[in-house]
Amino acid sequence: MDLRIAHLYPDLMSIYGDRGNVLALAQRARWRDIAVEVRAFTAGESFDADWPDLWFFGGGQDQGQDIVGADLAGPNGDALKASLANGAAALTVCGGYQLLGHEYRPENAPAIPGLGVLDVRTRAGAVRFVGNLVAETSDGMLVGFENHSGRTYLGPNAKPLGTVIVGNGNNSEDKTEGAVQGKIVGTYSHGSCLPKNPWLADRLLGWALERRHGPQQLVPLDDREEKAASEQAVEVARARP
Amino acid sequence: MPDPLARLANAAGKLTRIGLQISGRGGTALPGLVALTIDPGFIAALASDLAHGVVLVSGTNGKTTTTRMLSDVVRATGWAPTHNRSGSNLERGIAGALLTESTWRGEPTGDIGLFEVDEASLPLVLARISPRVVLVTNLFRDQMDRYFEIDQLARRIGDAIAKLDPRVTLVLNADDPIVAWLGQRHTGPVVYFGVDDPTVGGRVPQVISDATRCPRCKQPLRYERVVLAHEGDWSCPSCGLARPDRDVAATRVALTPVSSEIQLRTAVASAFDPVRVPIAGLYNAYNALAALAVARALDIALPTAALAIANFRPAFGRLEQVAVDGRDMRLILVKNPAGFNAAIGALLETGRRPRLLAALNDRDADGRDVSWIWDADFETLAPAVEHAVVTGIRSRDLANRLKYAGVARERIEVVDVWGSAIDRAIGTAPVGGEVVVLATYTAMQALRAELARRGHVAPFWED
Repeated sequence: MDLRIAHLYPDLMSIYGDRGNVLALAQRARWRDIAVEVRAFTAGESFDADWPDLWFFGGGQDQGQDIVGADLAGPNGDALKASLANGAAALTVCGGYQLLGHEYRPENAPAIPGLGVLDVRTRAGAVRFVGNLVAETSDGMLVGFENHSGRTYLGPNAKPLGTVIVGNGNNSEDKTEGAVQGKIVGTYSHGSCLPKNPWLADRLLGWALERRHGPQQLVPLDDREEKAASEQAVEVARARP
Repeated sequence: MPDPLARLANAAGKLTRIGLQISGRGGTALPGLVALTIDPGFIAALASDLAHGVVLVSGTNGKTTTTRMLSDVVRATGWAPTHNRSGSNLERGIAGALLTESTWRGEPTGDIGLFEVDEASLPLVLARISPRVVLVTNLFRDQMDRYFEIDQLARRIGDAIAKLDPRVTLVLNADDPIVAWLGQRHTGPVVYFGVDDPTVGGRVPQVISDATRCPRCKQPLRYERVVLAHEGDWSCPSCGLARPDRDVAATRVALTPVSSEIQLRTAVASAFDPVRVPIAGLYNAYNALAALAVARALDIALPTAALAIANFRPAFGRLEQVAVDGRDMRLILVKNPAGFNAAIGALLETGRRPRLLAALNDRDADGRDVSWIWDADFETLAPAVEHAVVTGIRSRDLANRLKYAGVARERIEVVDVWGSAIDRAIGTAPVGGEVVVLATYTAMQALRAELARRGHVAPFWED
């Protein structure tokens, strides 16, 4: 069995260790004897919509987000949309999460349209949310580190990934963190996210393999290091939000 | 002599410092903070009396080592530096150095200021004092929960540089596109340094992608050669921006396990004998090159500068060597992916199979976001790791990072108490063997305090 991971805009949208998510997905597949290929998809190239089983889209700096926004407004955005409509899975973090929503509304400028595949809207906030982030989900704790000024609000088609216990999450108002819609996940959790939240990594792996290989029962892994890292991070977050 | 307010601030800072010493607490930021609270213009007031002016050293990596090298260089030329040691590189650390090295009337006892400045504080410090030379070594991602984004930081530094007096000399790393671009914002002289040895470095930018885009037109850069991370021989195929000509260049860099030698070419002449840099690693060769470029900007004779560098001894956690129970501990401070990659590059150049004591903290001085360990190239380190003792507030994140990098579970051991971690790491090494300590700032302080308690090293603040 094999798995194809597309790392979206790794030269522009990969900060705060977001690359760790790709490392975690690839290792957790390899540990189950699944062959993995990771390819970079970036601005100026022409995306092959049929190739990826899973897209990873990380956070970016302002400069990166401008270039990426422009690229996604063209044929590459259509390719990404088509791929997601045809069963590819996606993990998006921070800036990538915002860009997959309907729009991003800066403070004193017209709204920038997003890809619109996640039913979320984001507006700029005055205060930046920087700190440890813990949310409770149906599959366990989600723990990481948030660093964003965007406030994201979910529409009816997107379900929250979790409920905030420590930190701010989507907007600091409604206690929601992240979004799930079909096989697309959005989150504000850096950290990196997946190495400390292996349940989410495995959920994404299952969705990704399904596209070309049918439904899969993943072999359980010995996750004691991951669990220990998560528990320590939750403890630190509770003591120092 | 400084004005009455600055003299008052100076005296208050000095009294605070004496009070802290009596109560047995050294090395704090409080005296400088007290002086700045009384007189926000305190630094400028005292610094203007320094006969040879002020040199500011900033950038993400290499500040402490380069500033210490410069301290030796100016001493060799007969000047007396006032220098903020011990890595206290925020504004209050500079104020602390000035009040420590001045008379009660606020007259500096030194004649040149060498101030290491945190890159996030540089715009503020540039607005407050008029330096003679400003060095920017490199700009990488570092503790981004504090500094946010690198282009935003570069823009703020650039804006501050644009307001500088044209008599200020900038000294910039030509190999770092973000840093080199800062030169365009300055109306005065710029001295560029860089590594020109075609045998140093590979072809592909390393995983950290802070600057793979052109700082002017934002299109992808082309690298003929990559020396470290995004430093190298770069150019932009789209707009034509390229690495500036080097005024001070290393035409040859020869690395050994404990040192390096750099052959120097300056705008004036190719120099004499190679400069010996007595600490390991390509990044320390860069630090020496930066110090030599500043020496040139200060009109110090290169043979004098080269001799001072050849006799240099490293600082806290910068490849410091400590003998513990018949083993050799090498202390390496790591705080961001670029610094980490440079350190392990130096470690692996010599074919070692290191026994590690790795310590990760997430306090403010370390960076509260530990995500950076996933940008650091543990994958290159992993196959060489003989054994790793892992400790610190975020030890489990670090152990998990080693696991994903491919270090076998049996080789990783988490030990929670600093003293026990040291004992365990020493225990894994044979007598005569080596333990490599990789630690973030406050973790290194804690480990070093434990070593000091056992009498192996001098306390940090006497450094």
